[in-house]
Amino acid sequence: MDLRFPEAEPTLAEVQALDAAVGPSLVAEGWEREYGGAHRAEALRHRLLPALHALQDRVGYISPGGLGELCRRLDVPPAEAYGVASFYAMFSMRERPVRVAHVCADLACQALGAGALLDAVQAQCGDPNQTGVPGTWQPSPCLGLCERGPAMLVTEAGDPAHEAVVAPAIADDVAVALRVGPRNFGVEVPVVAAVPQAATPAGAAGLVLLQRVGIVDPASLDDYRAHGGYQALRNAVTMGPLDVIREVTESNLVGRGGAAFPAGRKWAAVANQPVRTHYLVCNADESEPGTFKDRVIIEGDPFSLIESMTICAFATGCEQGYIYLRGEYPRACEHLQHAISVARDHGYLGANVMGLGFSFDIEIVRGAGAYICGEETAIFNSIEGYRGEPRNKPPFPVEVGLFGKPTVVNNVETLVNVIPIMLHGGAAFAAVGTPASTGTKVFCVSGSVSKPGVYEVPYGMTLREMIELAGGVPAGRSLTAVLLGGAAGSFVPADDIDFPLTIEGAREHNTTLGSGVVMVLDDTIDLLTFLRRIAAFFRDESCGQCVPCRVGTVRQEEALVRITLGRQSRAENELDVALLREVGRVMRDASICGLGHTAWSAIESAIDRLGALQGVDA
Amino acid sequence: MNMLHETPVGLPRRAVTLQIDGDDVKVPEGSTILDACKSHGTDLPTLCYGDTLDPVNACRVCVVEVEGSRALVPSCSRPVESGMVVHTDNERARHSRKMVLELLGSSVDLSAAPRVYGWMQQYEADPSRFGDVNTMKTVRQPAKVDNDLYVRDYSRCILCYKCVDACGEQWQNSFAIAVAGRGFDARISTEFDVELPDSACVYCGNCIEVCPTGALMFKTEHDMRAANTWDEDAQQQTTTICPYCGVGCNLTLHTQDNTIVKVTSPHDHAITSGNLCIKGRFGFQHVQTFARD
Ligand SMILES: Cc1cc2nc3c(=O)[nH]c(=O)nc-3n(C[C@H](O)[C@H](O)[C@H](O)COP(=O)(O)O)c2cc1C
Ligand code: SF4
Ligand code: SF4
Ligand code: SF4
Ligand code: FES
Ligand code: FES
Repeated sequence: MDLRFPEAEPTLAEVQALDAAVGPSLVAEGWEREYGGAHRAEALRHRLLPALHALQDRVGYISPGGLGELCRRLDVPPAEAYGVASFYAMFSMRERPVRVAHVCADLACQALGAGALLDAVQAQCGDPNQTGVPGTWQPSPCLGLCERGPAMLVTEAGDPAHEAVVAPAIADDVAVALRVGPRNFGVEVPVVAAVPQAATPAGAAGLVLLQRVGIVDPASLDDYRAHGGYQALRNAVTMGPLDVIREVTESNLVGRGGAAFPAGRKWAAVANQPVRTHYLVCNADESEPGTFKDRVIIEGDPFSLIESMTICAFATGCEQGYIYLRGEYPRACEHLQHAISVARDHGYLGANVMGLGFSFDIEIVRGAGAYICGEETAIFNSIEGYRGEPRNKPPFPVEVGLFGKPTVVNNVETLVNVIPIMLHGGAAFAAVGTPASTGTKVFCVSGSVSKPGVYEVPYGMTLREMIELAGGVPAGRSLTAVLLGGAAGSFVPADDIDFPLTIEGAREHNTTLGSGVVMVLDDTIDLLTFLRRIAAFFRDESCGQCVPCRVGTVRQEEALVRITLGRQSRAENELDVALLREVGRVMRDASICGLGHTAWSAIESAIDRLGALQGVDA
Repeated sequence: MNMLHETPVGLPRRAVTLQIDGDDVKVPEGSTILDACKSHGTDLPTLCYGDTLDPVNACRVCVVEVEGSRALVPSCSRPVESGMVVHTDNERARHSRKMVLELLGSSVDLSAAPRVYGWMQQYEADPSRFGDVNTMKTVRQPAKVDNDLYVRDYSRCILCYKCVDACGEQWQNSFAIAVAGRGFDARISTEFDVELPDSACVYCGNCIEVCPTGALMFKTEHDMRAANTWDEDAQQQTTTICPYCGVGCNLTLHTQDNTIVKVTSPHDHAITSGNLCIKGRFGFQHVQTFARD
């Protein structure tokens, strides 16, 4: 390729940031001869996303000079790099203040007063997205801190960059964040505060996946081993790859990321591919509003994820693993980075893991603010340095995945389930829960409950019992509905909560567990505001690739706003509801990926089951 | 490059039988459903499909129902399988096709895309259902006129990705343009939206060749449309060989009133597949300037 690069010069800070992130120009003399043109471009391309992070972290935005220098070093066409950078919400393509407060405006936080917070912030700090000031703020989608909303993430560009989460946040916190930055906020509350069951011995006794959260030191490999860590991997190696996959298949473990696909089948499919290399991608993008379980697992017990991934890699023949971690998770990133380097230093990752005769290593890829990158093929494009657009299926990831190679993609929670399976066997695992939904499940309970947090229970508890476990709706209020599965899920009405939270139970109830979101609404919450937020979320997060979703999510939001403003006649509203159904149908039928397929589900369920849009006519 | 269109030499392809709208259809293995529909005489609308490009299956106007598949399937990219049962024209497929056309029509100026207009009538698509065109979100914007050769009017852009693929590794290897932004804000752009003369564009015009909506247009056509003198019915097309170098690309000269108004190139040409360089595509301006002198 003979590329043409922009003439704008990078600043010294940008040069230094790129020196640290990608080194000097990799397009050195001789590279081409050694590796060949096409290969060179591919070899460099996957460094694009980390390099963009480096620029954003250092100067607070992506400048023409910085982007041009990055393109020269990585041999990426500037138009493409611009296309990639502008895809992500965390990257600003215009000069922006170094300090930015991201104030959550999403569903669970709305139940906890985010609406009032945003109004107060506006009054105290002025409009969002200001320029020419040291700090500004902007509303944000769910930050994965729903158990202690309303939440805020503060970022400050510099050398080094700083970040802090503040939750619950008040308007004064935002003002301080803009003036002084993230370093002003003390240590975050311990992660175990998100696990109410851990507070009582009886509750703690029932925890399997979360048993070490708050108990082990997440920074200590020794402590992890002292609490049973790495026994599962030893068992796996003793069994051999075939038996590991047999046990996982027998356990009937299904994916916890939303699609409930059998893990054993996925692993077997990759293990059987003669093509090498095989890759393992751990999906820790966790951007479904109301989901925060993977954050709790990673923050509280990072070695368990590393061990699980190592077991999976051993069984499926993966040499390299990637953890695609949500960009807005500073503490999870820190704990995971530390744990990976400690594990590597002690021979638990790298060539010849634990002297057991196989190689495996893990790299963290930080996401940059795009819900769609959690989709299992968009995640590949994002890691490879392309726009995070879903790919066409077939071919499926087990055949043609990351870098075009057979790839296992699993959710964090799915992976850590492999530890109890290796310790006690697939049959013992399958004995927990129901025959079709085996093992325990971590639910993210948020909204109007007294004790929001993650709850781990054997599959089979009813929705009512789950709400009670989380302390029920606060005194003096009454339950109106539950949003199951997040924005991509659906509402169930208050009088229909006696069905079991199992995959089959949800399906029979025409709903879905999705990623395990149980968002509880009471009579203080304005359902119409909630619905508008859901519509806005999908409009914001659509990747824009296909027409039904790119335009449909916009028309859906417009119609919903028209109806809920309450200024239309009944006849006009009826026409708009009919329009919503038609738009919803084409999104479900003809979109490329799950985002479009589900963009109408929650709104449809609110109309059909909650009667949400009745009586709003003028 | 273009794997779908490479015909393996010497290896006869196995035939696959599938059912389309109740009829058995036999096509070579590796064909797409769209190929099979063509051979069966079934006409499907397509927008992002390009006969010289890899399918991106983004517009979804060509979707059909395949029994056993939960969602509808893009016919332009899905390979046929033996025993597949395809419905191209049932209520479900028609609904999606109509909605795709309506959604596009509600947000994009399709007035320079006559084929689309025909399909909108065929499927009874009525974009005005979505509300007041003045308050609805659309991609309306001024045309970008930043060079003498061609105009980019992205208020006509349906984001079919074809120009990007023609400019990138499938043909031109210039990478002057890419998709930027996300969601409804997604758009075709140079880096930081710089003007074409400051970009990597070499004015081959291969993007114009594949653009299905007139978003990319010869400056001559743009100016004539603005002056209300553009009249396709009064135009003639003559295919000739480019005189500028020895490659021998085919040029189709579109003339109106004895003046060349635009240049295209036959897509079925074995070597160039519709692609030209600046000289073949835009050199006519020199010819005419010459003639006038
Ligand atoms: C728009 C969209 C976003 C998604 N986000 C996530 C995510 O953040 N984390 C996740 O594990 N799965 C997510 N998924 C599901 C993945 O596509 C995939 O099914 C999952 O990672 C597979 O892992 P599992 O089988 O272990 O669940 C998402 C799917 C869609 C359509
Ligand atoms: S459905 Fe939406 S998110 Fe998925 S590919 Fe289409 S536009 Fe992108
Ligand atoms: S004229 Fe050629 S180089 Fe310029 S944008 Fe179009 S395809 Fe790319
Ligand atoms: S400019 Fe034309 S070819 Fe390019 S994406 Fe838009 S409609 Fe397609
Ligand atoms: S952190 Fe605000 S909704 Fe999740
Ligand atoms: S023509 Fe098939 S999806 Fe666009």
